[in-house]
Amino acid sequence: MLNTETMRPRGPIVIDIENITKHYVMGEETVHALRGVTLQIHRNEYLAIMGPSGSGKSTLMNMLGCLDTPSSGRYEFNGKDVSAMDDDELAAIRNREIGFVFQTFNLLPRATSLRNVELPLIYAGIDPVTRQERAAQTLRDVGLGERLLHKPNELSGGQRQRVAIARALVNNPSIILADEPTGNLDSKTGEEIMALLENLYQAGNTIILVTHEADIAHHARRTVHLRDGLIESDALSEATEIQTLAFT
Amino acid sequence: MKRFLYELTESWKIAAAQMYANKTRSMLTALGVIIGIVAVTLMGTAINGISTGFDKSMAVLGDDVLYVDQQPWIRKDDWWNFRSRKKIKTEYAEQINRMIGAAPKSNLLIAVPASSWFRSVKYNENQVNNVYMLGTTSDFLAISTVDCAKGRFFNEIESRGGANVVVIGYDVADGLFPSENPIDKMVLINGQPFKVIGVNTRQGTFLGLFSWDSMVAIPLPAFKRYFSAQSESEIRVKVKDKTKLAESKDELIGYMRRVRELPPEKDNDFAINEQQAFKSTLDPVKNSIAVAGLFITGLSLFVGAIGIMNITFVSVKERTKEIGTRKALGARRRTILLQFLIESTALCLVGGLIGLTFAFFMCLAIGKALPSFPIEISLGLVVTSMIVSVLTGLVSGFAPAWSASRLDPVTALRYE
Repeated sequence: MLNTETMRPRGPIVIDIENITKHYVMGEETVHALRGVTLQIHRNEYLAIMGPSGSGKSTLMNMLGCLDTPSSGRYEFNGKDVSAMDDDELAAIRNREIGFVFQTFNLLPRATSLRNVELPLIYAGIDPVTRQERAAQTLRDVGLGERLLHKPNELSGGQRQRVAIARALVNNPSIILADEPTGNLDSKTGEEIMALLENLYQAGNTIILVTHEADIAHHARRTVHLRDGLIESDALSEATEIQTLAFT
Repeated sequence: MKRFLYELTESWKIAAAQMYANKTRSMLTALGVIIGIVAVTLMGTAINGISTGFDKSMAVLGDDVLYVDQQPWIRKDDWWNFRSRKKIKTEYAEQINRMIGAAPKSNLLIAVPASSWFRSVKYNENQVNNVYMLGTTSDFLAISTVDCAKGRFFNEIESRGGANVVVIGYDVADGLFPSENPIDKMVLINGQPFKVIGVNTRQGTFLGLFSWDSMVAIPLPAFKRYFSAQSESEIRVKVKDKTKLAESKDELIGYMRRVRELPPEKDNDFAINEQQAFKSTLDPVKNSIAVAGLFITGLSLFVGAIGIMNITFVSVKERTKEIGTRKALGARRRTILLQFLIESTALCLVGGLIGLTFAFFMCLAIGKALPSFPIEISLGLVVTSMIVSVLTGLVSGFAPAWSASRLDPVTALRYE
C-alpha cells in the first residue's frame, strides 16, 4: 500500500534557517535560548515542534513567526532575508505570510466572528466589501457559517478556535503557525480541531504545530525535537517513516 | 493610502466600542475634559464680551473725533504740571470753526464745545444721582454716535437761547420714569426745571465704565447759567477723513496755539485726545486679563488631559495582549499608535461636545440673569474649543499610544 504522503513531490522551501541563535540578557545572566538551529521547511509540510519547557521551543516559534529576530544566523522566508528586517517590515510579513493560531485563541472579545476574521484583511488594506465576503467565506469553510455575528463569549471553546483558525487562513498565508492549539480544549474538541488542521493540510497548506503533547504531535508528518536550544532530532513521523522506507 | 483609511475607520469603530464597553470609566474621564472645556469656553466668552464691551464703550467716543482738553487722558507726567494750565473755554469752538471755514483744504469738519459736570436729576419722588451732565450746542448731533430713541435732540434755536430743555440717557429715563413716557415731563436738575425733549437709545454699560446711558445733555447757555461755577469744558472736533487723523491733529494743534496765542518757543498748554490713546492704554490691561484668565481655566483643562492620559495608559496596559495579537496579525506601529490616539481623541471630543453644550446653556442663563454683562458665544469660539479638545486628546494620548506602538509583540502576547 502506498502512502500518498510520500508520493507528494516536495514543494519549494518556505523557511530556511541556518545556525540561528538567540540569547536574552536577564539581569546579570545571559540566557541562551537557541544555540544554533538549522532547519528547512518546505511548502505543504505538516511539522510539529516538540520539546520540554525551557528547550527553546517558544523562542523558535517566535522566530519562525517573525515576531522576533535572531541574535545571529540567517533566516530566509520565501527567499527574503528576515533577520535584518525592522518592525514594520516584519509586521507586513506576518500579515501576508503567516497565520497564527494561539492556545488562548486571542480573539478580540467585543468583536463578532466576522470582524475578528476581517482584522488581518484590514491591515492588508483590502476594501470593506471584499473583506466581508472573504471573511464570511473563510468562516463557512471552517464550519461557522451560522456564527458570523456571534461574539467570542457566545461561542464554545472549539468554535472560538475555529474563528481563530479562520482568521489565520483568511489572508492565504504561506504557513499556519499553531501554538498548542488544543491546550485550552477538552480532548474531544481538540480532536475536532486537529481534524480541521488535517483537512487544511490536505488542501495544500503548510502547518507548523508547536506542542509538548506527543498525541497532538502525532498528527504531523514530521517532528522536530528541541532540547537545550538545539535540535535533538528531526524525523518523519513513525508511520510515515516506515512507509517511506517501504517506498524506497 | 487606502489602507490608512481602513485603519482609520477601524480605529474609530474600536474607540466607540471601547467607550461603550467602559461607560462609567469613560464618562468620569470625560468629565475632566467637560469641566475644562466649560471653564475655557466660558472664559473665552467672557473675554470676548469684555473686548466687545470695551470696543462698544470706545465707539461712543467716536473714532473720528478729537478731544481738546486741558490734560491728556492718559497722563505720563505729574498731574501737577497740567493743573496749572489755563482751562479750556467753550468759546474756542467758535474760533476754531472760523479757522476751519477760512482754510478750504481743512481736514476738520466742525468743533463743538462741551462742558460737563455730575449732578442729580429728579422727577417727583424719583431721583438719579451722579448723572454725567453735558452742556453743548445743537452741533453735538453732528459728532455724536448716540441717537434718540424717543423725541429729539435740541435744535439751534433752543441751543442759542439756552432753553431749559434736556435730552436724557436711557438709564436716567428708566430711573425717573419707570412707567411713564418721559417726553414733555419736567425734571429738576439742581433745583432748576428742565423739559425732557428726547431719550437716547440704549448704549449698554460696561463694568461701570463710560456709562453713557446715565448722561443728560442740555443747551450750553443753560448749563452756564446754572452750573458754570464748577465745570470742565472741552472742545470736540470731528475730522473729515479718519484715515488722516495725524494730519488733522497737527492742524488742530496749530489752531489751538493761535487761539491760546502761544509764541513759537512755548510748549502746548492743552492736550489733543482721541479714542486710540485710550485703547492703547486699555489693550494691555485687556490682554493681561485674557492671558491670566485663560491660563487659570487652562489649568482645569490640563487636569482633564492628565485624566485622559492616565486612562489611556490603563487601557494600553489592560489590552497589552490585544496589542500583541494585533501586531501578530500584521498591525504596524503606526496602526497601534493611531488606534490609541484616536481613542483618547474620541474621549476628548465627546467631552468637548458635552462641555460646549453646557457652556452654551450657561451663557444663555448668564445672559438672562445679568443682561448688562457682555457675554457672547461665537462660531469661532466653538471651532476653537473643538480644536482645543482634539489637541488635548492628541497630546494626552500620545505618550501612552507611543508606548503601546513600541511594545514587543512577543512580550505583549505573553502578557496576562
